[in-house]
Amino acid sequence: MTSRETTLAAIRANRPKGDFPLPALPAFAPLVGADLVEEFGERLKRMGGRIEKAGDPDPLAPVRQRLDCANVIASAVPEIMGNRDLAAVAKPADLEDVDVAVVRAAFGIAESGSVLFTERELIVNSVAYLAQHLIVLLDPAEIVDTVQAAYHRPEFADSAYAVLHTGPSATADIEGVLIHGAQGVRSLTVVLLQRKIKAA
Amino acid sequence: MSADDLRPNEDALHPDVQPASDESARGQDGQRLQHAEAASKPIRAPATREPQPRGAKIRGDRPIDQAEAAERFLAAPLHQKAHDERLWDVRKKRDVATQAIPEWEELRELASQIKTHTLSHLDEYLEQFEAAAKANGVHVHWAADGAEHNRIVHGILKDHGAKTLIKSKSMLTEECGFRHYMAANGIDIIETDLGERIQQLDDEEPSHVVMPAVHKTRIDVAEVFARTLGTDPTNDDAHYLAESQRMTTRPHILQADAGMTGCNFAIAETGTVVTCTNEGNADLSGNVPKLQIHSIGIEKLIPRVEHLGVFIRVLARSALGSTITQYTSHFRKPRAGSEMHMVLVDNGRSARLGMEEFWTSLKCIRCGACMNTCPVYRRSGGLSYGATYSGPIGLIIDPTFNKRKYSTLPFSSTMNGSCTNVCPVKINIHEQIFAWRKVLAEEHQIPLLKQGMMKAAGAVLSRPAAYRAAIGTADSALRALPRFAVYNPLNTWGKGREMPETPKQSFHSWYKQNRMKDGAK
Repeated sequence: MTSRETTLAAIRANRPKGDFPLPALPAFAPLVGADLVEEFGERLKRMGGRIEKAGDPDPLAPVRQRLDCANVIASAVPEIMGNRDLAAVAKPADLEDVDVAVVRAAFGIAESGSVLFTERELIVNSVAYLAQHLIVLLDPAEIVDTVQAAYHRPEFADSAYAVLHTGPSATADIEGVLIHGAQGVRSLTVVLLQRKIKAA
Repeated sequence: MSADDLRPNEDALHPDVQPASDESARGQDGQRLQHAEAASKPIRAPATREPQPRGAKIRGDRPIDQAEAAERFLAAPLHQKAHDERLWDVRKKRDVATQAIPEWEELRELASQIKTHTLSHLDEYLEQFEAAAKANGVHVHWAADGAEHNRIVHGILKDHGAKTLIKSKSMLTEECGFRHYMAANGIDIIETDLGERIQQLDDEEPSHVVMPAVHKTRIDVAEVFARTLGTDPTNDDAHYLAESQRMTTRPHILQADAGMTGCNFAIAETGTVVTCTNEGNADLSGNVPKLQIHSIGIEKLIPRVEHLGVFIRVLARSALGSTITQYTSHFRKPRAGSEMHMVLVDNGRSARLGMEEFWTSLKCIRCGACMNTCPVYRRSGGLSYGATYSGPIGLIIDPTFNKRKYSTLPFSSTMNGSCTNVCPVKINIHEQIFAWRKVLAEEHQIPLLKQGMMKAAGAVLSRPAAYRAAIGTADSALRALPRFAVYNPLNTWGKGREMPETPKQSFHSWYKQNRMKDGAK
């Protein structure tokens, strides 16, 4: 017998007695208020992230400000021209010298202050971890209220990789001292910026 | 503004806002942040050097002497105090986070029911998971035990000529002795979680499922890093130490031939592996090397994506008191040009499924809440258990791996039941601890003296009248008994604590006197 057969046979022989039906999930009332943008921002800040409104008159001003003294910029969004072409990256580790990466979130979650990326938003997944700093464009109209609602989005079933980022990389493994930039990005800034072309 | 943003460690905040003694990160509005496993106030162990107490002595299959190791931990007051305060703080943060959700108890019940349902149909869900993963282009392997897991992974690495592997923290690979096996086979393993890396460099096992180096002070970490990474031995600044780890680990991440993660949840419907981390190290392991491997304990299965809507909401709140971890990653298909392997590991789980009193321990989602709340764990340290799993959950899981070696562990509990109360999947932990005591006694796995004491206690506790008679005399007996009867080496309970003052009157006699005479029931 293969280990597969051995394990499955043991599970069948040892099946717990009793009836254990799969419960239906109720839709819990959102714990956030009606202003999802406000709620999202508050929770993101609590998780160590930063939030910026679009600039006026230049909506991209908060992004540009953060790119001023960056040498290597990798942009996965049409709004910003970087100097590292993500489409031409030979291997993921090549992005190790990126100072700032700019990406667009598929959506945000108000309950947790999270943003979601898939391989479609990131182009090269490693850019979201190897870059020193991450700037995230999020359309304020694309914020769902709860984590439960987020898991009804199609991205989890139709992408190779889907990830929720909630603030920057963090650790408190040494005496509980909270430090950003444990292994991944040192900062994460969400800029609320309407999507020019709506996703299909 | 922008220049400051690129140097986040140079904090521009006024010292009145952030005292020099508090190094923890601040938020955009200057507020002190408490996410991830952060402490709610600075802990800072005193600068006095106190050697780190080491874990239980392992002597082959001989029963672990947890009490002996716990005594050494208690004898290191600086470590003991920092450990106790740190974990109790996490426990309190957990309370605040869970009380903020009105449906908390309902979520626990749902999480429990989804898990018991999945475990009672585990064969079907595993087959569904395997089929989905294969359809996604993933190579699926099955390992009956830890040794087979290690051989399979070694085989995958050999096929690719891979010599170096970066990995994120995984209790399953600890269970399999993965690092030791690979070291003996010439494969370089680099742990990428800060706490786990500290433990690897110090050649120690993780002491906690979520915070692997929680038993170490910053001074211990400075010593380990100075010895292994060449850092300044006099610098115990947490930022300096964390940054040193980041800078020394990164080259390994960039050059690794393969990456590996464990698994928090495996979704049967989509063949997805979900990992929850704060550092982003599982994502580096899964997204940088061109070969990626995920090790999955078979009990990690859940039926559908929507069920994450329950588990993600309970996991970080229970573990850290946070709404969510910084990163929640869903690995489903290989990246273009890379290969993805998943190893489904049994290692005793299918056998545990058949243990009527203990199978529900398979519901565990490894949040560590039971450890943080446990008075024995907080005062003895995870390494005192001498096992992969420590604390209350360890007491009921470890004996399933080795009844003799871990025969004493179920006695390292005060039976206060707090572990059961905080468990997000409602495992009746303290009842299972008690059930293990019975099993081990029946199978003669516990010392004769302890058996004798239990038999006497059992005789009294099983007869209400005898119990009341015993309680009625308890106070006078406590006063009359010589100290050695209470504080003797056979009674581990007496160690490290004074007996409480017994009430002048028991509740039962008070009730009889004040209520029953009025005819009230």
